[in-house]
Amino acid sequence: MEVFVQQLINGLTLGSIYGLIAIGYTMVFGIIGMINFAHGDVFMLSAFIALMLFLFVTAWLGIGSIAIALIIVMIGAMLLTSLWGWTLERMAYRPLRGSFRLAPLISAIGVSIFLSNFVQVSQGARNKPIPPMVRDVIVLFERDGYAVALSYKQIIIMLTTAVLLAIFWYVVQKTPLGRAQRACEQDRRMAALVGIDVDRTISLTFVMGASLAAVAGTMYLLYYGVVSFADGFVPGVKAFTAAVLGGIGSLPGAVLGGLIIGLVETLWSAYFSIEYKDVAAFSLLAIVLIFMPSGILGRPEVEKV
Amino acid sequence: MSDAATMPAPAQAPAGRTPLLSIRGVKTYYGNIIALKGVDLDVHEGEIVTMIGANGAGKSTLMMTIFGNPRCREGTITYAGRDITHMPTHEIAHLGIAQSPEGRRIFPRMTVFENLQMGAAIRNFAHFDEDLERVCTMFPRLKERLNQRGGTLSGGEQQMLAIARALMSRPRLLLLDEPSLGLAPLVVKQIFNVIRELNEREGMTVFLVEQNAYHALKLAHRGYVMVTGTITLQGTGKELLENPQVRAAYLEGGAH
Repeated sequence: MEVFVQQLINGLTLGSIYGLIAIGYTMVFGIIGMINFAHGDVFMLSAFIALMLFLFVTAWLGIGSIAIALIIVMIGAMLLTSLWGWTLERMAYRPLRGSFRLAPLISAIGVSIFLSNFVQVSQGARNKPIPPMVRDVIVLFERDGYAVALSYKQIIIMLTTAVLLAIFWYVVQKTPLGRAQRACEQDRRMAALVGIDVDRTISLTFVMGASLAAVAGTMYLLYYGVVSFADGFVPGVKAFTAAVLGGIGSLPGAVLGGLIIGLVETLWSAYFSIEYKDVAAFSLLAIVLIFMPSGILGRPEVEKV
Repeated sequence: MSDAATMPAPAQAPAGRTPLLSIRGVKTYYGNIIALKGVDLDVHEGEIVTMIGANGAGKSTLMMTIFGNPRCREGTITYAGRDITHMPTHEIAHLGIAQSPEGRRIFPRMTVFENLQMGAAIRNFAHFDEDLERVCTMFPRLKERLNQRGGTLSGGEQQMLAIARALMSRPRLLLLDEPSLGLAPLVVKQIFNVIRELNEREGMTVFLVEQNAYHALKLAHRGYVMVTGTITLQGTGKELLENPQVRAAYLEGGAH
C-alpha cells in the first residue's frame, strides 16, 4: 500500500513531464499530419537552455530566491526554445510542404540527429549536473518504517503542469488563435478561404509545442538535476508513445497517455523489474492499439459529409 | 445562336465602369491537364452573375482559381482595381471576397457558432453580435443549432451555414458554388430567396455557380455558360433562359 501510493506520486510526476512533451507531438500531427521526430531533441535542448539560464541567474545575477529563479528560468527557456521551434519549422519543414509525405519526416529525423550532435559537440558528451534546487519533502504518512513522501519538487512539477495545461486548453478552445489552429487542422483549404494565414498558424503551433517542451525540459532538470545530450531520445519516444496511446491528434489524449505511461513505468519498476519498464510501456501501447486502433481518446475516421 | 445571347456587353452591365471582378484569359491546369482554357468574365458591383455548366465543366475550378488555389498559369484576375492573380489565398479573403465553396466545407468538429466565428475572423469580431443576429434571422434553423457540431448537421443546414459563414465577413463580393446541390426544392427556394434579398436590399454583388440552370438564370442579371473549360455563351439571365441551346442542354426536363 505504501509503496503503491509512493509510486503513484512518482508516476504522476513523470507522467506530467511526458504529457507536456506529448502535446507537442499531437498538435503538430493534428495540424500537418507529420510526426515531428525532432521534438524529443527540442525537449533535450530546452533542458540545456534551462540549465544555462539557471547557472546564469543564480551564479551571475546572484538571485537567491529559488522560486523567482525558477520562474525566470522557465519563462526564459520557453522563449528561447520557441525561437528554436519556429526556426526549425521555417528551415526544415516549411520548404518541404507540398512535397511527398515522407520528405518532412526524413527531414525531422535529420533535425533530431543535428540537435543531439550539436549539443554533444558544443556542451560535451558528459552529464551536466546542477546543484539541487529544492530539497524539502513532506512526509505524508509512515508505516512499518516506510515513509510515503511527497517532495516539493513533485508538487511544483504537478502544479506547473496543471496550470500550464489549463492556460493552454483555454488558448486552444477559446481564443481566435486556437480556433484558427483547429480550423487548419480540420480543413486547411477552407481556413485559407476565410482569411486565416495557414503558414503562420502552423508556425505558431510549432512555437506552442516547443514552449510546452521547454516547460517539460525545465521540470525534468528540476526533477533529476542532470541532463545529457542523449536525453532527448528516450523521453521523446515515451512521449510519442503517450500521444499515440491517448489518440494522436487529441490534446486531452496526450495528457492522459502521458500520465498512463508514467504510472505504468513507475509501478512496473516497483513491483516487477526496473530493467523491463520500457518493455512494459511499449507493450501496453501495442495491446491498446490492437483493441482501440485510434488510441484511447482518438476519434475514428468517420465524418458526415 | 441568337445574336442577343452573344452580345459582349449585356443590358444590365453598366458599360464603361470598371468591373468589381475581372477575369482575363485565365488558364488553370491540374498537373498537365488543362481545366480552364482561357476564361474571360466580368462581375460588376451590385450584380448577380451566374455561371451554369455540367459536371466537370470547370465551374468550381474557376471559383477556387479566383482565390489562387489552384493558381492560374496564365491570365489575370483583377478585383476592385487590384491585381490579385498572385496574391496569397488568405490575403484575397481580407480584400472582401467570401466564398461558400463546393462541398460546403463546414469545419466538422466545430460548433455552428464557432463556424460563424471563423467567418468573422478577418473582421476581428467588429459587429459580431449584429451579424450573428442577421444570419440567424435569415436562417432560423441555424439559431436552433448554434451549439451543435457542424459535422452533424443535415446537408441543407450545412449549406445554410456555409452561406451564413461567408456573410459573417460582410463581403463585398460573395461567391457561391452550387448552393442548391443535393437539397430539397423547398430549401433551394429558401436559399435563392435569401440571395435575391441580399442583392436587392443590401446591394451585395454575387457570383453564383450552378447546375440548376433554371433557378440560377431566373435569379441572375447576367449569366455565362461554361463547357469543358471554355465560356461558350453569355447574356442576360432572360436571354439565356430563352436561348434554344441552353434550353436543349440545361433546361429540358429541368426544374421548372
